[in-house]
Parts: sequence; C-alpha cells; structure tokens
Amino acid sequence: MKARITITLKPGVLDPQGKAIEGALHALGFGSAGNVRQGKYIEVEVAESDPARARAEVERMCEELLANTIIENYAYELEAA
Amino acid sequence: MNASVIVFPGSNCDRDAAVALEAAMGRPPAMVWHGDAELPNSDLIVLPGGFSYGDYLRSGAMAAHSPVMREVIRRARGGTPVLGICNGFQVLTETRLLPGVLMRNSTLRFVCKDVHLRVERNDTRFTRRYDKGDVVTFPIAHKDGSYFADEETLARLEGEGRIAFRYCNLGGELTAEANPNGSRNHIAGIYNETGTVLGLMPHPERLADPALGGTDGAKMFAGLVESLAA
Repeated sequence: MKARITITLKPGVLDPQGKAIEGALHALGFGSAGNVRQGKYIEVEVAESDPARARAEVERMCEELLANTIIENYAYELEAA
Repeated sequence: MNASVIVFPGSNCDRDAAVALEAAMGRPPAMVWHGDAELPNSDLIVLPGGFSYGDYLRSGAMAAHSPVMREVIRRARGGTPVLGICNGFQVLTETRLLPGVLMRNSTLRFVCKDVHLRVERNDTRFTRRYDKGDVVTFPIAHKDGSYFADEETLARLEGEGRIAFRYCNLGGELTAEANPNGSRNHIAGIYNETGTVLGLMPHPERLADPALGGTDGAKMFAGLVESLAA
C-alpha cells in the first residue's frame, strides 16, 4: 500500500520559514495570505496488503523517525499501491 | 583515559575535537565510524559538529539511528559522559538523551561568529575548570540552533539546574541582542538528569588553542580529563 504522509508543526511552535513565506506572498501582492505554516510531505510504499497492519507500520515509522513529535504532528492517507 | 569521537558521514568538526582532546589527554582519541556496531572502551564519547547525512529530514535525525548510536545511548544511560557539540547536540536531542529540539534559527540565517556564554554551573565534569557565572567566548556556526522545548520541559530544566550555558553579552546579561538564534531562555547548552550528558551548540574545540585566537574552550577538555583520568 502507499502512504501519503503530511508532517506539520504543532500549533504554537514558531515557524520562521512560514513567516518568511508569508512575507514573500505579501510582497508579491497576495494581501489575502495569512498564518502561513510550512511542513513536509513524504510518500512511502509499504509492502503490506492488510490496511490495519499497514497503518500500524506507518505510525511506527512516523513516531520513530519521520516526525519529531516534540514539535511536529503527522497525518497520513493509505491507498492501494 | 580513553575517549572516542563518533564520525558520521558529513561530520566536519571531528578532527578539531580530536586535536582538542589530544592536547588535553596527551594521546589521541579513537575515531569511530558511525556504521560500526562496536565502540571501544571509552571514558568519554564525543559527538562532533557538522552536517551528518546532509541534515536530511531534520538535523541529527538520521545520525541518531546510526548503528553505533545504539551503543552510545546504552553507554550514556549507564553513566558514560557524552559531549555533543553543535550537530552532536542535535543528534542527542533526536535520540531523546536530551529533551527539546534545535529548530531553524529565528533569523533564518546561518550564523558563524564568536558569542559570549554564561557558565551556569561549575559542579559537573564538563565545567569544573570554570567559575559559576564566568562569561566565556566560544564560536557558533549553525542554522538550526534555536533551542525549543515546551513550557513544562523548560520549567523542569530550570528547576533542576540543567542549563549548562546561556547566550549573554560581555557583562553576562541575557539581552535580546545576545541571543543569536532565538533560543528559549537563551539556552546554548543543557545537561541530562545526571549531568553526565552535555549538548551545546557553541564549539569549545574551536577556541581551545592560542593559535586559534582563544583558549576558553580548552578548559572544558582539561576539566574532563582531570576528572576522568583520576
């Protein structure tokens, strides 16, 4: 199965990169842009056909390496590869 | 005394650390490749600065899972002193041997300059040659050095006296201008619960010889050798 994993900074964690992106959007004339937060997107193919087992595997990957859960949240979607 | 310096792909201060250690110990440390599963007998383990694994994913994240790190973590938990400098500090937080995270500098810039640090304690192996409240000069060179931890963790670190060094001005004051990266509570370095693991962003090994322009860092290595060789 294929996992599409999104990693975002937890609310309240300062995001200077997001702030810089927001500033650049404003400089380009996008006055409507606000509260920009940046994160990471990771795709992983999991050699597992059972969705429950694939979920457990992806969650362990996120907890142990892909996200630093002190500052980051993760979410994912699974689909048949 | 035996010391080991762990070398990751992308480490670039491993030799500087080895030179500073050799000057203090009178013999060179073992250089241990990250892929080694075995670690020699070590009275001190140093995780050097650099950009292990190109800072992929997060600074220190990949190195924290290197084969040799399992043994480093085991020894650290058993009481072996571990010194993590710059990228080594980032690796220590990723292994959770030290709490918190080193985040992107608040300025978003790579900062390379000498900074003043206030020595918060001098009752550890690392700082016994300094006086409490001393203002020392170490260089910094990093982009991900902004120390972050949640309020509860910060309160615990403060309450347990686990701040090793804080960024300050020449007079030892914690002014906003003296904080080069936006670190919480001006934190430049912290200890683990037992004071045997120290992680710091500044580089003591880079000002540890008169030829380098300063010797403030040499006292850390001299103190370690003094306490560990005894």
